[in-house]
Amino acid sequence: MSAVDAAAVAAWVREFTRLVHEQRDELTRLDAAIGDADHGTNLDRGTAAAVAALGARPADDAAAVLTTVAMTLIKTVGGASGPLYGTFFLRAAGALDGDDGRAVAAAVRAGYDGVVARGRAERGDKTMLDALGPACDALDGAVAAGRSLEEALGAAAEAAAAGRDATAPLVARKGRASYLGERSAGHVDPGAASAALLVQAAATALAGRG
Amino acid sequence: MPVGLVVVSHSRALADAAVELARGVLPGRDLAVEVAAGDVDGGPGTDATAIAAAVTAADGGDGVVVLMDLGSAVLAAETALELVGADVRERVVLSPAPLVEGLVGAAVVAAAGAARAQVAAEALRGLAAKQQHLSGGPAADGG
Repeated sequence: MSAVDAAAVAAWVREFTRLVHEQRDELTRLDAAIGDADHGTNLDRGTAAAVAALGARPADDAAAVLTTVAMTLIKTVGGASGPLYGTFFLRAAGALDGDDGRAVAAAVRAGYDGVVARGRAERGDKTMLDALGPACDALDGAVAAGRSLEEALGAAAEAAAAGRDATAPLVARKGRASYLGERSAGHVDPGAASAALLVQAAATALAGRG
Repeated sequence: MPVGLVVVSHSRALADAAVELARGVLPGRDLAVEVAAGDVDGGPGTDATAIAAAVTAADGGDGVVVLMDLGSAVLAAETALELVGADVRERVVLSPAPLVEGLVGAAVVAAAGAARAQVAAEALRGLAAKQQHLSGGPAADGG
């Protein structure tokens, strides 16, 4: 079984970028319903820039890859998603210690905790945490139960997708969507939708590793 | 060195105008203000790496008070603090004051050589004065 090394993490970021690009218009459509209609465009721009940065400055350790991605997203995404996704990757980089499933789960958990702290948000606020939180729990649980990283990330991706779908009836309590109050209900949160893509990308790109 | 000020806004034009206003109340005085506004392409947005650079540039050793506009400007300013050196970070105050009122108040006391805590306190008083004025007195009931 090959390790979760720099190449594997870069592949995760490339797959995330591909999914964001593919879903760009859908993410923007979701954001148009309850936000400012730029989530797909902003994230598409930022993730493409991150892939370009990785190409220009290839790193040979996985944490350095995560840091490059963090800095690029912070600089290029704009809006709240830049600092939030940037913080996720920055904290994941700081916590990554090892190249197995346990290390991946701990890094993702640290990234999640960073987003919680940065946004002062919690689950149920109709944010990206509603996808990331259940994904972290599923990942931690599966790794602790001794399942392979591939299985654990598969479970995490399912949990993230369910969490994303469950944001539809929620009333937004954070960010611009919260200005809408009750009218934010009835729409899936765009941040939860992109966060689910991040987990789905990990499940695809890291399959067979760890 | 006076305490440095940083203006963080989604809009470059808004930030520049706020700085111009602050300079206007301090004729002939030098004011150290750095601006970090707009996204990387100059469009509306904020860029935490630009804020980190502005904070570092504004710090002359006695620290920095950061004034910001709404929403993601706050998240970006907090993120910027993760990107500056630990020595600079401990000398930075992120002010919850409203941007314009806070900046003008902070500029006046910073130019007078006040310490960081006083500058931050003055920034906050900008809102308090406005609230007090509008919450009572003859004008409140149209008299």
